[in-house]
Order: sequence, then structure tokens, then C-alpha cells
Amino acid sequence: MPDTQPPAYRRPAPATQPAYDSPAYGSTHLRHPKAPLLRMPHTLSEVTGPRMSQGAYPAEADMTRLPNGRVVMGERIIIGGRVLDEDGRPVPGAMLEVWQANAAGRYNHPRDTHDVPLDPDFTGRARVFADAEGRYSLTTIRPGAYPWRNHHNAWRPVHVHFSLFGAGFAQRLITQMYFPGDPLLALDPVFQATPDAAARDRLVAKFDLGLTVPEHALGYRFDIVLRGAAATPFEDAGHDDEGH
Amino acid sequence: MTAATAHQTAGPYWHLIDFPEWADLLRAGGPNEGIPGPRITLTGRITDGAGAAAPDAMVEIWQADAAGSYEPPFHGFGRCAADADGVFHFTTLRPGSVPGLGNASQAPHIVLAIFARGLMKHLVTRAYFAGEPRNAEDPLLAAAGPRAGTLIAKETAPGSWRLDIVLQGDGETVFLDV
Ligand SMILES: [Fe+2]
Repeated sequence: MPDTQPPAYRRPAPATQPAYDSPAYGSTHLRHPKAPLLRMPHTLSEVTGPRMSQGAYPAEADMTRLPNGRVVMGERIIIGGRVLDEDGRPVPGAMLEVWQANAAGRYNHPRDTHDVPLDPDFTGRARVFADAEGRYSLTTIRPGAYPWRNHHNAWRPVHVHFSLFGAGFAQRLITQMYFPGDPLLALDPVFQATPDAAARDRLVAKFDLGLTVPEHALGYRFDIVLRGAAATPFEDAGHDDEGH
Repeated sequence: MTAATAHQTAGPYWHLIDFPEWADLLRAGGPNEGIPGPRITLTGRITDGAGAAAPDAMVEIWQADAAGSYEPPFHGFGRCAADADGVFHFTTLRPGSVPGLGNASQAPHIVLAIFARGLMKHLVTRAYFAGEPRNAEDPLLAAAGPRAGTLIAKETAPGSWRLDIVLQGDGETVFLDV
């Protein structure tokens, strides 16, 4: 038995997360729970999580170079940023899994039948790790927008899927990164499901000249924030636990 | 202070990060090869509010080792894609009981996280083990009250455990606000 309580994670700030029941996104209708979720205090089962080492989960930071030496079709870009917690502390060692459609807007996936070309051999996935300062970077191509059947003439804004493992399993996050200036953002039920405008805006990457590599690729900055430690009930409100 | 990044659905094409071998935590050449403990399988079917399968779902598990420790060397993480019938299937070790809050302990359990198209954020639940005497003192099972049965896997054959997941409606699984 540990002699101290594990620090719990902070509860979401109001309106910064989408609701399970998001009616404009049709697939939520039959898949959202109707009963309230059971609120529980965090235990070791929530504050521990798998340690994803590069030995067991090899990094692949460049989606554009194929094993056969070919370079994939599309506008090459660099995506980089930091993985931080809600107090601004880096989350070193966080594992990021990234997946996306090709430049034409089609996934290398048997269920994606969108009538645009598949790019032969382009898997559309990457895996990278945050360094000691929480920094990560990967090279890919800008994906295309694609239609979906949610409503008449529905198109997903250009996006890249991100999956993150932090220190605790309660920090587990799957999200999507969007691109600045995309007119489809205003029309997208997935993006719009998060009520808070500032929280939505943080899902939109920023063009970053500092990340841009001359003669090579534009850079986009996407910082990702995982849940931070909550104050413990045994401490004064507002004093954050330093345990992880 | 910046609020945590908003979750967004994993969508139907998350299989680009599916590695089917991850569903077998005890696989040869995997991180847990040779770690002792009782070998079990955990399977279940995921259905929606109309009773239809969720064939695009992704299930992840996180659990302690047979002695109840979350620390290495045991790597208690797995991922499994639901099949065309919405069924997932893990091979792992039966976990031990793990410390709870204060002086409490928690009955042996496996944490499940369910991701899918139509889930804006993953759903979290737990699989406990039917017949386990320590279930009677588990704080979470007590808090779940009359619906606690949705958290308790049944042994369908020696070492083979089953827990179906109902996303919505009659028999809806108790999901956790973690
Ligand atoms: Fe997508």
C-alpha cells in the first residue's frame, strides 16, 4: 500500500469538452449513454497508466517517406508543438499517435470508399514522443477534406487525428487538429460540439514561420494540453499537488 | 492555466493505429512474455441503443498484474478493434486487488476505455470478476448500486470471461465520470 494518496486529476473546465449527446452529429444518437456517468474519485487505476517506451513502440516521425523510397503526393508540412498539462508543465515521454487522410481526402482504410485516388503505400500514420520539454514534431502532408453522410452535403474540415498517452490513464486523449482559415469549421458538427469558442480555437493549429523549414515544408504549431493535477482534499483549495 | 484540449471522436478510420497483436498482452515477443500469473481472456460485444453492434469501436484496457501492481515489469495495456459483430477479445493476466483510497482496497478489475464513431469522448468502465469475494467490499461496485452487474464479467469457461457493453438504453453499462 502506498503511504500517500495518489493525486487526482482536475475535472474539465465548464464548456471546454463536447457532450456525448451532440444531436447535430448523427452517430451520437444511439451511442451516447442516457444515464448520468458515475462520478468516482480517482484511484491508482486512474492515475497510473502505461509507460510507452520507444523500445516497445518505435517512433515513426515522417509519414511522407515510404519504405520503398518514394515520397508521397501532397503538400508536405511539419506539425510540431508541446504536450503540457493544465498548469503549463511539460508531459515528457507522452506518446502521440497520429493518423489522417491522404492529400485527396481518402484514408488508407477498407471502409473508406470516397471516390478519389488512394496514394499507393501511404499509410497515413505516425508515432512520436514528447521530449523532456514536452516538444514533439512530425512530418506529413496536408490531408484533403472529405465528405461524410452526417447530413446533406456534409464535409469534414481538413483535420489530423491525434491520440495521446500521458502519465495516467485518466489523461488519455483522442482529438483532432484542424487548419486555420478552413471555411468548413463553421459547418462541422464535430468541431462545433465543444461549446466554448476558445476551447474550439485551441483545436486549430497555427501557421508558424519558426517551424517552417526553408525550401522544404510549411510548419504548423499544435500544442496539446492534458489534464493537470487537482488540489487534494487535504490541502487548501488552489494549492496544486506536485506529485506528478 | 489552460484548460485541457477538447476530445474529438476517433471516427470510423482509427484502424490506421490498430496493431492487432496488442490485444494479446501475453504474446510471444511482447512486453509481458514470461511474466507469471493466471492467464485469462476477456471478451464482450458492444451494442448501441437499438441493440446493433458497434463494429467500428476500439477498446483499450489498463490493469494491474496478478499481484495488484501497476508498476513494471508488467505492461497492463492492450488495444483491440471490435469485429464485424462488435466483439472484442483480449488475452491477459487476471489482475490482483489494488489499493483504493484511504485504507480501502479495490476488488480485482480491468479498466476499459471505449472509442468509436459517435463517441465524442471515450467511455470508461471497468470489468470485475463474478464470484470474487472482494467484490462485496469494492467502493465502486457499491456506488453503482443496482446497476453494478453491468460491471461484472461472467466466466463462460475456465479462464474465459465475458462482459458485454451496452452503450445506451436497457441494461446500459455503468460508465464512469473519471
Ligand atoms: Fe477523419
